[in-house]
Amino acid sequence: MNARGILLIILFVAVIVALTPVLGGYMARLYEGRMNWLGPVERRIYRLCGIDPAREQHWTGYAMALLAFHMLGALVLYGLMRLQAHLPFNPAHHVAVAPALAFNTAISFATNTDWQNYGGESTLGNLVQMAGLTVQNFLSAATGIAVAAAVIRGFSRRSARTIGNFYVDLTRSVLYLLLPLCLAGALVLVWQGVPQTLAASATATTLEGARQVIALGPVASQTIIEHLGTNGGGFFNANAAHPFENPTWLLNFLYMVAIVAIGAGLTNTFGRMVGDTRQGWALLAAMGVLLVAGAFACYWAEAQGNPALHGLANMEGKEARFGIAASTLFSTVTTATSCGSVNAMLDSFLPLAGMVPLVNILLGEVVIGGVGSGLYGMLVFVLITVFIAGLMVGRTPEYLGKKIEAREIKLAVIAILVVPAAVLGLGAVAIVTGAGQAGIAAPGPHGLTELLYAFASAANNNGSAFAGLNGNTPFYNVTLAVAMVFGRFFTAIPVLAIAGSVAAKKMVPPSAGTFPTHSWLFVVLLVGIVLVVGGLTYFPVLALGPVVEHLALSAGTLF
Amino acid sequence: MSVHRPQSLSLFDRAILGQATRDAIRKLDPRSLVRNPIIFATALVSVLATVLTVRQGLAGGHGIGVPAQITVWLWFTVLFANFAEAVAEGRGKAQADSLRRTKSEAAARKVSGMDGADPTQIPAAMLKAGDLVICETGDIVPGDGDVVAGIATVDESAITGESAPVIRESGGDRSAVTGGTRVVSDRIVVRITANPGETFLDRMIALVEGAKRQKTPNEIALSILLVGMTLIFLIVVATLPAWASRSGARIPVVFLAALFITLIPTTIGGLMSAIGIAGMDRLVRFNVIAKSGRAVEAAGDIDVLLLDKTGTITLGARQAAEFLPLAGTSERDLAEAAFLSSLADETPEGKSIVALARNRFRLADPDHAELRFVPFTAQTRMSGVDLGGGHQIRKGAADAIAARTDAHPGRDLTGMVERVAKSGGTPLVVARDDRPLGVIHLKDIIKPGIRERFATLRAMGIRTVMITGDNPLTAAAIAAEAGVDDYLAEATPEKKLELIREYQQGGRLVAMCGDGSNDAPALAQADVGVAMNTGTQAAREAGNMVDLESDPTKLIEIVMIGKQLLMSRGALTTFSIANDVAKYFAIIPALFLASYPQLQALNIMHLTSPRSAILSAIIFNALVIVALIPLALKGVEYKPAAAEVLLKRNLLVYGLGGLVVPFLGIKLIDMAITALGLA
Repeated sequence: MNARGILLIILFVAVIVALTPVLGGYMARLYEGRMNWLGPVERRIYRLCGIDPAREQHWTGYAMALLAFHMLGALVLYGLMRLQAHLPFNPAHHVAVAPALAFNTAISFATNTDWQNYGGESTLGNLVQMAGLTVQNFLSAATGIAVAAAVIRGFSRRSARTIGNFYVDLTRSVLYLLLPLCLAGALVLVWQGVPQTLAASATATTLEGARQVIALGPVASQTIIEHLGTNGGGFFNANAAHPFENPTWLLNFLYMVAIVAIGAGLTNTFGRMVGDTRQGWALLAAMGVLLVAGAFACYWAEAQGNPALHGLANMEGKEARFGIAASTLFSTVTTATSCGSVNAMLDSFLPLAGMVPLVNILLGEVVIGGVGSGLYGMLVFVLITVFIAGLMVGRTPEYLGKKIEAREIKLAVIAILVVPAAVLGLGAVAIVTGAGQAGIAAPGPHGLTELLYAFASAANNNGSAFAGLNGNTPFYNVTLAVAMVFGRFFTAIPVLAIAGSVAAKKMVPPSAGTFPTHSWLFVVLLVGIVLVVGGLTYFPVLALGPVVEHLALSAGTLF
Repeated sequence: MSVHRPQSLSLFDRAILGQATRDAIRKLDPRSLVRNPIIFATALVSVLATVLTVRQGLAGGHGIGVPAQITVWLWFTVLFANFAEAVAEGRGKAQADSLRRTKSEAAARKVSGMDGADPTQIPAAMLKAGDLVICETGDIVPGDGDVVAGIATVDESAITGESAPVIRESGGDRSAVTGGTRVVSDRIVVRITANPGETFLDRMIALVEGAKRQKTPNEIALSILLVGMTLIFLIVVATLPAWASRSGARIPVVFLAALFITLIPTTIGGLMSAIGIAGMDRLVRFNVIAKSGRAVEAAGDIDVLLLDKTGTITLGARQAAEFLPLAGTSERDLAEAAFLSSLADETPEGKSIVALARNRFRLADPDHAELRFVPFTAQTRMSGVDLGGGHQIRKGAADAIAARTDAHPGRDLTGMVERVAKSGGTPLVVARDDRPLGVIHLKDIIKPGIRERFATLRAMGIRTVMITGDNPLTAAAIAAEAGVDDYLAEATPEKKLELIREYQQGGRLVAMCGDGSNDAPALAQADVGVAMNTGTQAAREAGNMVDLESDPTKLIEIVMIGKQLLMSRGALTTFSIANDVAKYFAIIPALFLASYPQLQALNIMHLTSPRSAILSAIIFNALVIVALIPLALKGVEYKPAAAEVLLKRNLLVYGLGGLVVPFLGIKLIDMAITALGLA
C-alpha cells in the first residue's frame, strides 16, 4: 500500500459524498413529480403507449406491470439474438446465438445482471448490442430505480393505498435521469478515446508488418450506461480491462464514480422524500463503512504480494495503466454495487483479495448496491435491524413512524432467504452433477471459489465473473439464468409488498422512547446485522473456498 | 401512595421444579411441541439423530460414543426448552389452584326479583348473565355482577390480596362485585353479568396458568424472524455436504444435525413462551389483570397517559388550607365563624375546616343546644349555622353569598376570591349576618410522590394529561403543581373521547385510567384502558386491564412490564444470534479438518479434537437455555432512560456478551469433556 493508493480511495469517497445531495435532490424532485422540463416528450410517450400517468397502482398492480414488462423485454432480446443473421446492422455477419446462450443472455440483461457467457465482439452484431443490450441496460436500471422510488413512497406516505405508477416511474427514470446523464457521459468517453462507430472493425498493420483486425463498434453509448446503470455488460469480452472501453486512468476513475453515483444519490432521495435527510445519510454511512472497509481490505491483501513469489507485487491479470490500487478499488466498487464490470481479473487476485469482491456480492448487493436495488435491499436489512433494536429498547419496533409487524418481517425474511437459497442450492447441484463438474476447471478450493462466485454473482444480479468457470454450457446457461430471475424478481416483489404494507400504515410520531435511526449507533448496528446475516450464511462455504486457499497459500500450496 | 412490591416467590421453588420436570417430559407430545416451531424442528432432528445412532449401534456400534452423546444432548435441548416453559407455568399454577378452590366452593341463591324473595339454591357454575342472586353475611359472591339492591361490605382479599373490606352498593360507581369475594356484612342483590367460563376469576385462572395463552402480535413477528433464520441455516447445512464433497470430505449426518441445532436460535426459541408467561405472571403479582397479552405489549408503547385528577393526582377531597380575613376582621374571628358553620358539615371539606380551625386556634366545642345548623342545599348553595340571638353565619361560593346579601361584594373580597381561584384552590366566602368576614382557601392536595412518578413517566417518553372538571384556571394551577405535561379542563365524557381520538389520529398510543360508568367509552377507545377494581362493571368490561388495587399510577409498572417483555425477547434474540459466531469457530474447522488440515487455524479456541469440539458446542447450546431461565422469568432489567442509552447497554451486555460467553463456555466444556475422556 502506498500514499497514492490511499489518496485514490479518499478522493473517490469525497467525490461521491459531494455528488450525493446533488443527484439525490434531483431524483427527489423527479419522483415526487415536481419536474417536467421534458413535459411534451413525456406526455407524447404516455399518449403513444396508452398510459394514464395520473392513475397510481396498488403494489400488486405495480409488481405485475414490472414482471410483464420485463418478460416481454427478455422475449424481444431473445428474438433479436436468435434472428440476428437475418437482421440489419450486423457488419461482422455474426450467426444466430445458440438457444441456451440466448436465453441466458436475455435473462441476464433483463435482470440488470449482465452476466456474459459470450464474447461481445465475437458473438453479437451492432443491432443486438444497441437495440437489444443497451436498451435493456437502460430499462433494467430504470426498473431498479422505479422500485426504489415506490418503496420510498411507501415509507413517506400514510394510510395510502397506492405506491405510484410503474410505467410513469420507468419513463421518468429513463427520460430525465439516465438519458441525459448518458448523453453527456458518452461524449466524455469519446473524448477520452472510446470508439463510437457502426463499423465492425479497423484493420492495422503492426510494426512487424502483420495485418491485424481490431474490433470496433458503438462502444461509448453502451459503456456509459453499463456503468451508470450498474449493469456491467461490456461491449468487449475483456470488459473494462479492454483499452477501448477503459483507455485512461481518468476515465477509470470516472467509471467508478458513475457506478456509485445513482445508488448513493438514492439514499439522499430517500431521506428527502421521508422528510429527514439524516435518515438517508445514515444509510449511506452504513453502506460507505462497508465499501471503504472492503476497498482497504482488498487493496491491503493484494499489496502484500504473493508469498509463494517472495512477496513480489501481484500484477497478474491487471492492466499496467491502473496498477494495484485502482484495480482493487474498481473491483471493490463494481462488486459492491452489482455493476460487475471488471478492469482486472479477479481469478488472478490473491485469495484474500479475491474474497473481498466475493463477500461484497454475498452480502446481498447492499453496499451501495445496484441502482435502486441497493437501496431497497438495504431497507430490508434496516427492517430486521429496527425489529431487533426496537425490542431491545422495549417498544414494538417501528421505522420512520411505521410499525414493523409480522407481515413486514415475513416479507423481509422472504427477500433475504431467496438469494442464499439460489446461491447455495444451485451451487450444490452444480457440484454434485456431472454437467456442473464439467465446467469447473481449477482444482481444489479455487474451483469452488469460482463456482460460488458464479452463482453469487448471478443470484445477486452482479454479473461479474471470477473467470475460470466455463459457463457457456446448457447446464450453466439455464441454472445461472434461474438464479438471476430469483435474485431479481423474488426480492423486488416482496419489497414492493412491504412498500404497499407500510404505505397503508399510520405514522407514529417519534417520542423519547423511540429509537433514533439516524444515529451512529444505528449505523453500527445495521452494518453488524448485514455482516452477521451474510457471515452466518456463507461462513462454511467461504471456509471451504478462499479461506482454506489463503491458509494453504501461506503454507506454500498453490491451486 | 402504596409501594408495589410483588410477592416474593423464590425463582426455583422445589415443588414447582418437580412438577416442571414432569411437565417437560409431558410436553414432548408433538401436539404441544408444534406450537413452537424452533423446538419442534429440534425435536425432529433429535428423532433423526436417534434413528441414525440406533442403526449405527445395530451395525456394530464402532465409534458410537460421540454420536450417542450428541443425540442425548439434542433431546436435552428440547427438554430444557419444555422445562423453561413448565417452570414459568408452574409459578402461575399455585395461584390459579387457590383461585379455583374459591370457585368450586361457591353456591348461589338465585332469586326472582329485586326484593330477594324465595331464593333457590343452585351451583355457581350454572349462573348465566342476567340472573339475580342474593348474598348475605358470610356468603361468597357466586359470579361477577352489579349490585342492584342493598349495600354490603365485601372482603375482596381472595382476588386483590387487600385485607380491608370494601363497600359495595347499588347505583353509583361502586356497584361492581367480583365472583369469589365474600360478603362480610349486610345483604345485597346482584345481577350476574358474566356467563360461566367468562368470569373474571376464569380469566384470571387462564391468565396465570398460561395454558391457553394466545401468541401476541409481536411474538408472532419474532417467531417469523426466527423461523426465517432457521430456514437459512437449513439451507446452509443441507447444502454443506455437497459443497464439502469437492474436497472429498464426508460429514456424518449426526454432526450436521449438531451444527444445525447449534446454529438455529434455540435459546430464544426455547425461552420465548417462558418470557411471555412470566410477564403476565409479573403483572398478576402487581395485582393487575390484563385481558390479553396484546394489551400488555401495547402498554410498552404508550405515548400518552390520561389521568383523572380527583383520586389520582389529588386526594379525593379538597382540604382547607388557610383562612384569609378581610380588613377589619381578625383571622381568629374568621376561623371561629368558619368553625361554627362547619361543625355539622359531614363533608370532607367541612371536616377539614373544623380541623384547621382547631389546629390553629384551639377552639373548644360550643354548646350545641344553642346552635341550629342550616344544611347545604342545591338552591341556596351554602350552608351555615344560626346562633342564639338571631346571628347567622353562612359559608358558600362567592356569588351565592353575594346573591344573599344582595350587595356588591367589595373589591377586597373579589380580589381575594380571584387570587385563590387562580392558584388552583376553591374560595369559600364566610359571612356573619350578611357581612363577609373573609375567605376559606380550599385546596386540592396533590398526592405525595406523584410528581416523581410523572417525572419517571416523562423519562420513559410518556406524556401525562390530567383530566378534570375544574375550570381552566384551576386546572392549569394544579397541573403545574403536580407536574403533568398537559390538562383537559371542564372535561365531559364526550370531550375525553374526543381527546383520545385526536391523539390516536396523530398516531399516538393512548392509555387511560378510569372507574366511573361515564369512563367506559373512553376506556374502550383508549389503546390501553385500565379500569379500577373499585369501579363499575361497565368500566371493568370496557377496559383491557383491571387494577385490583385501584391505583391509577400503577400504569408505570404496567408500562415497565410491557417494555421488559419486549426487551427480554430482543436481548435473548441478540444473544442467540451472537452465539452462532463461536459455534461456527468450534464446528466448521472440526468438520473439515480431515480434508483441509490448514483449517486448524480457525480453531481459535484450541479445542482438543473435532469430536470434542462438536460435542462441546451442542452441550453449551443446551445448557445455556437452562442458565437463562432465571433471566427469562425475571425479565431484563428496565430503568427509564432514552432509547439510545437502553440500546447501548443491552447491546453491550447481550450482543457483546453473546459473542464472548460461548467462546469461554465451549472451551470450558471441552476441557471437562477431555478430562472425563468423553470424546
